[in-house]
Amino acid sequence: MEQQHSYDVVIVGAGGAGLRAALEASTRARTAVLSKLYPTRSHTGAAQGGMCAALANVEEDNWEWHTFDTVKGGDYLVDQDAAEIMCREAIQAVYDLEHQGMPFNRTPEGRIDQRRFGGHTHHHGKGPVRRSCYAADRTGHMILQTLYQANIANGTTFFDEYYVLDVLIAEGRATGVVAYDLASGDLHVFRAKSVVFATGGFGRMFKVTSNAHALTGDGPAVLYRRGLPLEDMEFFQFHPTGLYRLGILLSEAARGEGGILRNKDGEAFMERYAPTIKDLAPRDLVSRAISTEIRNGNGAGPDGDYVYLDVSHLDPGVIDAKLPDVTDFARTYLGVEPKKEGVPIQPTAHYAMGGIPTSVDAEVLADAAGTVLPGLYAAGECACVSVHGANRLGTNSLLDIVVFGRRAGIAAAGHARGLRHAELPEDPAGDVRRALADLLDHAEGERAAAIRADLQAAMDRNAGVYRTETTLKQMQDTLDALDERYRRVWVQDKAGRFNTDLLEAVELGFLLDLARTLVVSALARQESRGGHFREDFPARDDARWMRHTLAFAEGGRVRLDYKPVTVTRYEPMERKY
Amino acid sequence: MQVTIRIRRFDPERDQAPHLESYQVPDAQPMDRVLDLLHYVKWNLDGTLVFRRSCAHGVCGSDAMLINGVNRLACKALVRDLGDTITVEPLRGLPVSRDLAVDMEPFFDSYRSVLPFLINDEPVPDSERLQSPEDRARFDDTTKCILCAACTTSCPVYWADGDYTGPAAIVNAHRFIFDSRDRGAARRLEALNDQEGVWRCRTTFNCTDACPRGIRVTQAIQEVKRALLFRRA
Repeated sequence: MEQQHSYDVVIVGAGGAGLRAALEASTRARTAVLSKLYPTRSHTGAAQGGMCAALANVEEDNWEWHTFDTVKGGDYLVDQDAAEIMCREAIQAVYDLEHQGMPFNRTPEGRIDQRRFGGHTHHHGKGPVRRSCYAADRTGHMILQTLYQANIANGTTFFDEYYVLDVLIAEGRATGVVAYDLASGDLHVFRAKSVVFATGGFGRMFKVTSNAHALTGDGPAVLYRRGLPLEDMEFFQFHPTGLYRLGILLSEAARGEGGILRNKDGEAFMERYAPTIKDLAPRDLVSRAISTEIRNGNGAGPDGDYVYLDVSHLDPGVIDAKLPDVTDFARTYLGVEPKKEGVPIQPTAHYAMGGIPTSVDAEVLADAAGTVLPGLYAAGECACVSVHGANRLGTNSLLDIVVFGRRAGIAAAGHARGLRHAELPEDPAGDVRRALADLLDHAEGERAAAIRADLQAAMDRNAGVYRTETTLKQMQDTLDALDERYRRVWVQDKAGRFNTDLLEAVELGFLLDLARTLVVSALARQESRGGHFREDFPARDDARWMRHTLAFAEGGRVRLDYKPVTVTRYEPMERKY
Repeated sequence: MQVTIRIRRFDPERDQAPHLESYQVPDAQPMDRVLDLLHYVKWNLDGTLVFRRSCAHGVCGSDAMLINGVNRLACKALVRDLGDTITVEPLRGLPVSRDLAVDMEPFFDSYRSVLPFLINDEPVPDSERLQSPEDRARFDDTTKCILCAACTTSCPVYWADGDYTGPAAIVNAHRFIFDSRDRGAARRLEALNDQEGVWRCRTTFNCTDACPRGIRVTQAIQEVKRALLFRRA
């Protein structure tokens, strides 16, 4: 029989959003944080460039310009009320981090230094602005460390290497989660009055990705299987500068500091695509520009399938002081010296704009009418508020996790106050126990790794930077075949303790479900907007498609519904840079 | 090229003692990471192999292990630097949980013992506290730590005495002791002044060599020692 625990608030995930939520929740209510990784292993730590906030420390700026940039960058699919909240609260969020000990880079006057970043402008697009607060090119690492440290000071309770595999819903509200303890192989039932999901992204459905192996979308998949919708899944960001073939992220900060993209002829081609802000255009535009250059035969290398990120003209001192990690990645993994030569790069699957639909207080929404599922919260990349719309601006992810992580923690603790625990269903862990036993039961078959590799290759081919009806239908057929193979997946390791073979199979099941929602949502959306580019429908179509997609699991298929975009002050305009 | 990878396997529940198991990786490339080889083994040859990994590019700190006798991250160690026979073992000095996964709890206990968080009870300003670029640079090196345990588990003193605070925890103490915004240096120095603290360091520099982030670990420990001496003077 599984062990039982009881808390007011359970937070699932210990990256930036989960840790920021924990800081608020644990001072207000009995809180536990469950994470499948040790908290400091979370992928927040891989974020490099910075966190935007209109502090105006180095030049004129205000949060309204930041809001405009966020809305325009998101190709007008952003819910503008949420973007206003994020950009307004950004300023205090940065100060909070500083007060918690975050070691930001400083100006000569001792203020937090700021630098340029893609899509961030002054006066509504007139030119680039220095808005990104940063700590060298390891801003995410420093935020993750700082928030974990603050939680140690706070005495937060952690359950490390606990994989949450199910959410419990009873009496119309969230009542807890079921978790698998890696070290023992035991199942644990956590009763909770509030549950916060902060499990991060799911880039591992693609082959070339900046995402960690752990990013398999466990949270969104668990909720989706329990009947909750996933919003805007077709919008996935391909970061322009992934290290060639490996997909490891080379921060936009490299271009923020003056780096230039060049094709095989050395041409600074972004001048043709975005004459005003060139290499600092938003990521969807730059990734398409790179893919177009490669398609037109302007790619470099024997296969003509990459372009160069060139920082060789920058002051070597600036490179060492402000871009030490990204230049080290190029040296380590490609053997290229960025101070002397261009670094081969290609777009890399980077960030899910879509996810679990939430209110601005991180409450999970159960339908297109915005009905709240009481006690259930989500924040960070796994959630869709939606502050990123169809394309997230660089630095806004670190901002999202601290602003909405904080809001989630406050709301979850507030909800738990004075509430009694709901009765748990009989045998709450039964479904998970049976599913795991079934996976372990297969005596032979195909390994999860083989199925996953085929999923990733097919997603790169059919659902990447460019999509058409043909490629997406092809991907649907591929997913049918992969699902069939997955039903016979073979877990070779039958041990109880540290069975990562079993968990890889479980995670693959999550990825397959989420890939299906992405493809079905993308096939239906007959327009191009932000990160979703349909070659057969290359224009944005506001009349038909200025709305959010909701994908529901229904009888083994995906059912789609739609809800309107919240517009406050910015009417959709053509997106030029 | 064909690479032979020899992996020290041990499941405390089933095995009497650890043993080395050899696997052949047929199509290894010079720029492959050791992590790629481990994945090849796990995904194609033997699904029971256990190791931790996440980011796969040297920032999360999950996959520190002993590779050809040296502590490194499997995702930053390349085949071209290691040759065609590579031996991989778990970190020393921490109990083996299974194969290459070790029990990290003693390591994190030690980390928490140095109060690794900003201590400052003074009222905060409405905006940021000021800190000069020079003051910020003073502790820059030690902010790079990813808690992978490569340094601590390369230390001969730590192998002999698991209660020694160890290099990683001292690095993280250094990060706050030399932060001009922090007011907790006295408490941290007191903790590091006891018999399991900094004075156990024998400056063998193993920790500095092992650090995948290039932190000057031994120097940081020396600076903490000097801070203790200076405080007494």
